[in-house]
Amino acid sequence: MKLRLQHSLGVAAVAVGSLAAIGTAQAAEQIRIVGSSTVYPFSSYVAEELGATSDIRTPVVESTGSGGGMKLFCGGVGDNTPDITNASRRMKPSEFQMCQDNGVTDITENVVGFDGIVVAQSKQDDAIDLSREQITLAVAAKVPQDGKLVDNPYTKWSDIDSSLPDREILIYGPPTSSGTRDAFEELVMEHGSENIDGYGEAYTTIRQDGKYVPSGENDNLIVQKLAQNKDAFGVFGFSYLEENRDKIQGAKVDGVEPERDLISSGEYPVSRSLFFYTKNAHIEKVKGMEDYVDMFLSDQMVSDRGYLKNLGLIPLPADRLKAERSEWESRAKLKASDLKG
Amino acid sequence: MSQGISLQPSRQLRRRYRAERRFKAYCVGALLLSIAFLVLFFSDMVRQGHSAFIQTEIQAEVTYNEDTVKFTNESVDESIAPLVSRAFFRSIPRRVDADPSLMGTTETLWLTATADVDQYRKKYSDRLEPEMQSTLERLESEGKVSYGFNKGLFTSGDSKIPSNAGLWSAFVGTFYVMLVVLAVSFPIGVATAIYLEEFAPDNRFTQGVEININNLAAVPSILFGLLGLAIFINFFGVPRSSALAGGLTLSLMTLPVIIISTRAALRAVPQNIRQGAQAVGASRWQAIRDHVLPLSLPGILTGTIIGVAQAMGETAPLLLIGMIAYIPDAPTSMTEAATVLPAQIFTWAGMPERAYVSLTAAGILVLLSLLITLNATAVILRNRFERRW
Repeated sequence: MKLRLQHSLGVAAVAVGSLAAIGTAQAAEQIRIVGSSTVYPFSSYVAEELGATSDIRTPVVESTGSGGGMKLFCGGVGDNTPDITNASRRMKPSEFQMCQDNGVTDITENVVGFDGIVVAQSKQDDAIDLSREQITLAVAAKVPQDGKLVDNPYTKWSDIDSSLPDREILIYGPPTSSGTRDAFEELVMEHGSENIDGYGEAYTTIRQDGKYVPSGENDNLIVQKLAQNKDAFGVFGFSYLEENRDKIQGAKVDGVEPERDLISSGEYPVSRSLFFYTKNAHIEKVKGMEDYVDMFLSDQMVSDRGYLKNLGLIPLPADRLKAERSEWESRAKLKASDLKG
Repeated sequence: MSQGISLQPSRQLRRRYRAERRFKAYCVGALLLSIAFLVLFFSDMVRQGHSAFIQTEIQAEVTYNEDTVKFTNESVDESIAPLVSRAFFRSIPRRVDADPSLMGTTETLWLTATADVDQYRKKYSDRLEPEMQSTLERLESEGKVSYGFNKGLFTSGDSKIPSNAGLWSAFVGTFYVMLVVLAVSFPIGVATAIYLEEFAPDNRFTQGVEININNLAAVPSILFGLLGLAIFINFFGVPRSSALAGGLTLSLMTLPVIIISTRAALRAVPQNIRQGAQAVGASRWQAIRDHVLPLSLPGILTGTIIGVAQAMGETAPLLLIGMIAYIPDAPTSMTEAATVLPAQIFTWAGMPERAYVSLTAAGILVLLSLLITLNATAVILRNRFERRW
């Protein structure tokens, strides 16, 4: 017993020592990608394909949310900073400035496709057509009444507009940390509130009295809730609707059905572009970065015959895709002026 | 004996008996409730997860030639190709590279079917194009479709193609992380406990240390993640998402558990042993090393295993240090990106494809059986070797 004990203590001591040694060794170069959870499935599919069909180690893709990704990406150049960040919205001027301040000056921006944000309900419900103004009035914290903004009094859809069904307002949607929430606020609420007399300016505060339930980043959970509760609506990305068509259906927004073609053509109003940003300073050092971006922008992946379409990505029109490729070929450097307007 | 005492229990006594029976019923009720929850959870996981251990396979002739290496979908019959998982097709060029003699030949293989076909056969969804349904029926009547054990679940890493997704990289990652946890927290934890229990004077300082250690065991794990991010990654520059970063962070969580259980194990060794050793001239360290530690080792190991098992099921702190990510390649060193089992389960739970529902449940079953094995080892160790005084 004694011998064994001394032995095991000795082994432990050696292990601790060697750990310290490993800690100081350089990490093997492996492409690191961070950013939006919406782009994550597409990005990691391309990463997997690259790893499976070449000798390059499969890139590591981390889903940090668009904002979290920008923070890491703009943290600097060199080890331990990501090479590429995905975003479900454009880089903000403030984020661009942060990048500049930390020496990340050579960035190329690419759009890979579109994502539609759907307002979905149980399949057993009657089909419904909601305008963005109606949705805004259902979720806003304050609504205009008699020329003043008052706390949102609506509890039923029929209170908003008598043509809507007599149905409790209950909406499961993304939490504030989510890029989907940003896009929902911008594309639905900003537009809606600007078209409603009484707001005066864009209004994007969401009510907190339990009618709008922020539901974490897990959209599968929202789908389950919708299947159980016929009153509820859910707000999430198109791919979850596509995958669960046997349980849920999308509401028309401003009279347009959430269908792939209609999102791609821009007719469906609640759609956004999906971006990724490449840190060109890393291209020399990290093996396979160029192959990854080439593959991401290839016909095989993002065209309308590409694999990513099956995962719910809405492809770019052909000429737009061509333009994106030439941006990348020339390693077009992102400028502050690109991000305004 | 006074006449006043009757042999019948008094009303008061009866009331006390009733109260006791009521209390007992509450306790049994609580127990039954927790058992019911457990059974419900397990049966639900088994119901959802069991099917992920088998997978639909389709027998097909695979042709290797110049064309099929480029257009891999054409390597099998046109009607069957849409039913076969893409993970197979994209592996063709590399298969031919690895074995050039395949070029120009044809072989009959059992190929993994797509998740859609698999889900359709398992009756989880009816989303299969009619054309493919009829092909499937034809193949079934020819005996060319069957279920096979889903080897990939244990031999391949994460994948965006559900039929190709597995737990291998998470296994390896978990192994590395636990190695770090053991190597760091076991020696430090045991040494701390020996000092506090055997050598430390009883003063304000050591009392403060004690209280803090007990508190640490109750700190929410996400805080350890923040600490790990700030100290190990940002300050010491340990690579993000690496097994080293994860192991060091989880060690912080395991340390208090090991310290507390080691102290309890040391305390259980009677004073006579120490005094006996010292009476024949052993120093304090000799008495501890040769007598107290060996006697308390079963207890220490039990505590360590339980601490490690706890760390093995942890996800929250790993979220912050980048270990919950898409990492399909098994790490080959401590500094490469790694993921762990619970992180893999978490990732799968969020995937939109329906096939990941059963994969998630299967992952949970695998993790639970690992944890049960570990905890059972701890119990066996304790029962076999622990001495009662």
